[in-house]
Amino acid sequence: MADVKKIATRQGYGEALRELGAVHDNVIVFDADLAGSTQTAMFGKAYPGRHFNCGIAEGNMMAAAAGAAAMGMVAFASSFAMFAAGRAYEQVRNSIGYTGLNVKIGASHGGISVGEDGATHQCLEDFALMRSIPGMVVMSPADAVEAKAMVRAAYEHQGPVYMRFGRSPVPVFHDEETFRFEIGRGDVMREGSDIAIIANGLLVAEAVEAGKLLADRGVSARIINMATIKPLDEELVLKAARECGKIVTCEEHSVIGGLGEAVCSLLAEKLPTPVRRIGTPDVFGHSGPAAALLEQFGLCAANIAKVAEEFARS
Amino acid sequence: MTANEKKELQIAACKVRTGIIEGTHAAKAGHPGGSLSSADLFAYLYFKELNVDPNHPKKWDRDRFVLSKGHCAPGLYAALALRGFFPWEDLKTLRHIDSYLQGHPDMKSIPGVDMSTGSLGQGISAACGMALAAKLQNNPCRVYALLGDGEIQEGQVWEAMMFAHHYKLDNLCAVIDNNGLQIDGPVDQVMSPYPILDKLRAFGWEAAEIDGHDFGQMEAAFAQAKAVEGRPFAIVMKTTKGKGVSFMENQAGWHGKAPNDEQAGTALGELSAELARLEAL
Repeated sequence: MADVKKIATRQGYGEALRELGAVHDNVIVFDADLAGSTQTAMFGKAYPGRHFNCGIAEGNMMAAAAGAAAMGMVAFASSFAMFAAGRAYEQVRNSIGYTGLNVKIGASHGGISVGEDGATHQCLEDFALMRSIPGMVVMSPADAVEAKAMVRAAYEHQGPVYMRFGRSPVPVFHDEETFRFEIGRGDVMREGSDIAIIANGLLVAEAVEAGKLLADRGVSARIINMATIKPLDEELVLKAARECGKIVTCEEHSVIGGLGEAVCSLLAEKLPTPVRRIGTPDVFGHSGPAAALLEQFGLCAANIAKVAEEFARS
Repeated sequence: MTANEKKELQIAACKVRTGIIEGTHAAKAGHPGGSLSSADLFAYLYFKELNVDPNHPKKWDRDRFVLSKGHCAPGLYAALALRGFFPWEDLKTLRHIDSYLQGHPDMKSIPGVDMSTGSLGQGISAACGMALAAKLQNNPCRVYALLGDGEIQEGQVWEAMMFAHHYKLDNLCAVIDNNGLQIDGPVDQVMSPYPILDKLRAFGWEAAEIDGHDFGQMEAAFAQAKAVEGRPFAIVMKTTKGKGVSFMENQAGWHGKAPNDEQAGTALGELSAELARLEAL
């Protein structure tokens, strides 16, 4: 994919915020000393009067964002996924989730691809934590175009939203002119009938590549981008299960509590179907370049194709 | 403050205390001690200080009140009921299954509640966000938050204190109920928050200490709070936990325990005698 433009989804987040700020006076943005990294600095530069750095104090940031939302603002609150979903979990649960207030959490640097910072900063549990909060929408875009559309959809949505963005540049494969995003709707990226691969985040591009590798090996794989983890596009999953019979899930997250478990829970109750989950096993990450880590943890096209082929032929 | 105004506030506070006992007794649970120590403040806020209208509980420019020490909901609910936000009889459904009067304040179900609270430390942050948004919206409202002296052991409170000073939230007033007791005992034995005033001032706040059972001092402190520009204002009020019910006063054991039938009878008897005394003044 060397010829494909690569942009980090967090950049899409920053650009979308800046564009929203131009149109809507009620957008207010909070950050916790990571505005350069989360990309909310773009909004801050354009609208300094509506961008508030909270310093390294994520708990206060989340509850303050809730307070601003209680006044009718649409509050975006940003930090790394580790601190937004992890450190501030209880503030998110009680001040944002329980209240149902209009706070949109923009969490960057999610997953193992944070890279060199190592385990303390590689959040592999945020989907699990956020999914468990009643009413919370949980999403992770596949590329920067989807990220921008997702941020606009989050603004329009009434209630709390958690969005996870990545640090590393990823291929842009959606067309900004024609792409339409809808919360809770998955997209079939490639048709197939032997097996379905359901992915989100940066693993969508890898899954699409895996689909090509599988086609070369005679396996017809349906590739689905499931950008919304909650509410899950149940119809699309059930259709894939009915038509393909086997499902592989791929996410840059622990196999505990994320997309894979959401899919398994649905299928176990409504249409028992064999599933293989690709994600990080029940371990912490460690330092290294993002690409090397993704490969080491099997979060790459080659491993997805290997797992899917073995599974399809079993 | 005229003698009559003071008398009316004393009567309101006595009724709030009655509501606290009725509510926690009917709930067989809840937090009477800290509700009673803040009862005078609740009466002052809802009958003197706050610009609120029970007929229009969501009016845009209403003053916001955040009960950061959310466990003192029985006191807040009694004040809201007395002010006409919902029927007084409903206080007896406190904490009951399917009642809208949740154990801790729920903004979604209770008229007059501006923020859901209960997990300590979060309310003051929410109040900061409200005050900040009010400034952006040119909303003339003021934002008030009530914290416990045990609550300020939460680190988040001091994150919020930094924030309020940094963003010059002079439309924010925090009240700290310094009744000196928390669940496990005296605050200075559990984890001393002292010196509270010095800490607040070091964090850039203007601050005053008052007797939390003296309406004249409350009036002066809230007037002072409104006059300050460019800084948030904190009022540390010295109070007696359990105030107004003789056997609950200064007893940590009454932090989170409801009176039984006999105890409620005794407490309500004391309060009705006090109410009769006040009304005869």
